[in-house]
Amino acid sequence: MNAITRLATAVSLASLLPLAAHAGEVEVLHWWTSGGEKRAADTLQKLVEEKGHTWKDFAVAGGGGEAAMTVLKTRAVSGNPPAAAQIKGPDIQEWGELGLLTDLNEVATEQKWDSLLPKQVADVMKYDGDYVAVPINVHRVNWLWINPEVFAKAGATPPTTLEEFFAAADKLKAAGFIAIAHGGQPWQDGTVFEDLAFSILGADGYRKAFVEQDKATLTGAKMTEVFAALQKVRGYIDADAAGRDWNTAAGLVINGKAGMQIMGDWAKSEWTAAGKVAGQDYQCLPFPGSQGSFAYNIDSLAMFKLSNADNRKAQEDLARTIMEPEFQQFFNQNKGSIPVRLDQDMSTFDACAQASMKDFKEAAASGGLQPSLAHGMAASSYVQGAVFDVVTNFFNDPKADPARAAQQLAAAIEAVQ
Amino acid sequence: MSAIAVLSKASPLDALQRWLPKLVLAPSMLIVLVGFYGYIAWTFVLSFTSSRFMPNYSWVGLQQYARLLDNDRWWVASKNLMVFGGLFIGISLLVGVLLAVLLDQRIRREGFIRTIFLYPMALSMIVTGTAWKWLLNPGLGIDKMLRDWGWEGFRFDWLVDPERVIYCLVIAAVWQASGFVMALFLAGLRGVDSSIIRAAQVDGASLPNIYLRIILPSLGPVFFSALMILAHIAIKSFDLVASMTAGGPGYASDLPAMFMYAHTFTRGQMGLGAASAILMLGAVLAILVPYLYSELRGKRHA
Amino acid sequence: MPKRALSLSRVAIYATLLAACAVYLIPLLIMLLTSFKTPDDIRTGNLLSWPELFTAIGWIKAWDSVGGYFWNSVKITIPAVLISTLLGALNGYVLAMWRFRGSQLFFGLLLFGCFLPFQVVLLPASFTLGQLGLANTTSGLVLVHVVYGLAFTTLFFRNYYVSIPEALVSAARLDGAGFFTIFGRILLPMSVPIIMVCLIWQFTQIWNDFLFGVVFASGDTQPITVALNNLVNTSTGAKEYNVDMAAAMIAGLPTLLVYILAGKYFLRGLTAGAVKG
Repeated sequence: MNAITRLATAVSLASLLPLAAHAGEVEVLHWWTSGGEKRAADTLQKLVEEKGHTWKDFAVAGGGGEAAMTVLKTRAVSGNPPAAAQIKGPDIQEWGELGLLTDLNEVATEQKWDSLLPKQVADVMKYDGDYVAVPINVHRVNWLWINPEVFAKAGATPPTTLEEFFAAADKLKAAGFIAIAHGGQPWQDGTVFEDLAFSILGADGYRKAFVEQDKATLTGAKMTEVFAALQKVRGYIDADAAGRDWNTAAGLVINGKAGMQIMGDWAKSEWTAAGKVAGQDYQCLPFPGSQGSFAYNIDSLAMFKLSNADNRKAQEDLARTIMEPEFQQFFNQNKGSIPVRLDQDMSTFDACAQASMKDFKEAAASGGLQPSLAHGMAASSYVQGAVFDVVTNFFNDPKADPARAAQQLAAAIEAVQ
Repeated sequence: MSAIAVLSKASPLDALQRWLPKLVLAPSMLIVLVGFYGYIAWTFVLSFTSSRFMPNYSWVGLQQYARLLDNDRWWVASKNLMVFGGLFIGISLLVGVLLAVLLDQRIRREGFIRTIFLYPMALSMIVTGTAWKWLLNPGLGIDKMLRDWGWEGFRFDWLVDPERVIYCLVIAAVWQASGFVMALFLAGLRGVDSSIIRAAQVDGASLPNIYLRIILPSLGPVFFSALMILAHIAIKSFDLVASMTAGGPGYASDLPAMFMYAHTFTRGQMGLGAASAILMLGAVLAILVPYLYSELRGKRHA
Repeated sequence: MPKRALSLSRVAIYATLLAACAVYLIPLLIMLLTSFKTPDDIRTGNLLSWPELFTAIGWIKAWDSVGGYFWNSVKITIPAVLISTLLGALNGYVLAMWRFRGSQLFFGLLLFGCFLPFQVVLLPASFTLGQLGLANTTSGLVLVHVVYGLAFTTLFFRNYYVSIPEALVSAARLDGAGFFTIFGRILLPMSVPIIMVCLIWQFTQIWNDFLFGVVFASGDTQPITVALNNLVNTSTGAKEYNVDMAAAMIAGLPTLLVYILAGKYFLRGLTAGAVKG
């Protein structure tokens, strides 16, 4: 009896061995905790587990990743970072500089990332020429979401210029609707500000101001105009907007209480969840006046250096999985974004995503492809934070002076350098 | 018995006995020196460096402090702390004392009422914040309730008003802590010799007068304990702001603790965050040192 | 005449107390009512309206998402409360009865810890936890809570023991009783009230902690307050206030129970010494 048991154990152990030799654990820090995002993250987990690895979920909700960053810093300080963390934009460079990131060149060469990814995307993922992060998706920030039914009731037409935008808002307001659904959180204020900047400064002026942080552009007359427009927007939002989550604001448009919302393409997931169809129940337009521009926000997972070889293997498999078309399609359809792969088959995506992909490729060629400031792509988090402070403070003070705000903006950006 | 004590005076065991108090205290001393003061020193050092995402040690002198004093948001946060701290401590003391005095009047079901006043203190600030965020939500909470009940013109939108949002925090914090102040004072009142009250009553003093002139002044130590615990809560009310307003609208309800947290951990300006932490500490010290001094001196005479 | 006036003032006293009770109770009542409503009922109904249909779905969903973290909080809170109380008692005993050169200074330094804005120590503490191999464990959180709870527990016991006549201890010393004998045989039996205060205080502080929990724990080691905040501040489609409120109640129940069941010991203990500080 005893011998049989021992034999059985030996056999079962042996059968486990080949798997165990490669099975690693991959811990992923992320903040995909809301509906569609969570589904997307669960899929990633499933795909990684199919490769025989253990997934250690490390979800930290709250504040658009603010809580997650806190935890990441303390984990890194304690010498125990997760295998992968949701880090984006120039912050990847900061982490790379600290020497904490590992390189993914092997996977990148194998999957030919250099030819799959647009150059702008690839550059963000590299530190010192090495791939240290894997891109997950591309969000477009400068969208305007419209409820056509509400527009029809108010006699408003979908706007293509800023003048038309305010004219439509006037009509909506006169008809008793909330003209613009907004949530008063710094990043949402920043998103509106950014879209207005694209519209008024153009892609070129935007780049000068927020990527190059050119002082003349930051304090120029055009920037004062941007702030004046922001102040004007404030007149079209309702009094209860403060602190409102973006999806609650989206809900106002979906339920026909508000006419439109200025929000990135992730807003689509709310429409989809409500069973609405793009182009029919709702319309997605590039933010008026910013048609040629594509403000991108790329989610990515940066990979930390690990000592355990099995875990390292799991980490590479994670990166590999993320780049596979299967995952790209599923994840992006749930999250509202577009795939990072230029060769992705878009036929199963909806009208908004197809338009977005087309604009993305065109903007990449024309120079209209610019990193989003409000989403940490244009500058490091300290510059982003300084801009948020000025913008949100301005937005919440009805008596604020636009010209002074432009000066404050330049001063705040300079102060954090 | 005492003979044994004399005999063993010179033994090594006795030496151990003499060292024992220090030995027992040693781990705590180590904890305090490293965990409190060592860490403060570390933060102090960081405040003079250009640390961003992670600590680094390139010295920039007082630059971070200069930046801090030049930062509008920091001033809003500091002003808010004064308004919040002052109102919160003041109102909590007032409400607490009043309720304690009222409860001290041989009230029926006193234990039950006391528990009702005290229970909010048991809740986490996160729970309190969650509840009050909703109660004060214009369009959903009390605002809507009163309008539903027919008070059409009623409008209570302090939570979204940058000028008044700080008072919402005060309301929630007072709700949470005033019952505890009541408990402290009630305990103090129970310790007062009732013959004093009777004697004063015989002299014809009115009850409110007796409380104001005789009893409350004798509760100085209780007052200090309450003040200390309230100040402790005021400093820690980070949780409340985080769950109730997250500092908004804009940064109108920001507090130094939030400022420090945001800059150190989410914005990657560790140096600036460290500088703000040190200034916070300085402010705490300025208030605390006189109190600690009197506390320790008083005890030596006791 | 005076008797009439007296009864009038008593009516006023009772009225004030009753009004105060309402103010303290209503938020809890609303939370409870809301947690048993359906989301539709919450949207259409009133804060104080009775649920159209009592449903425990909010509680079930809430337990599903925060229940596991409830046990984490138990695993963190119980050892941390016991250890910090024991250490506080010993420290208080030494500081009150066995003063030596520098012990007052130490007490002053420790007292300052009551006011320490914990943000100051987060980074160094996480570094230390990493070095000790305790990062991201419930044991790490126990350690942190013991360290930063020490200031209050020591203060409680020290102030309590200061009010006990020193003669009691010196007499025992003359009788040859040792350090621990005096502590165990004389002081500890007298300390029940302050032990209750300390246990209750520490239990609420540690159970309700958010900052340490959010920074030093993650994923499956996080305490319930962090899980609650994750749940409430997660932007899922429609806000399910009934789930939020039920989860908040679950997070609050243990401390509430402690206050309701042991509240009178807390008060008695405060009378017995803590407030004389």
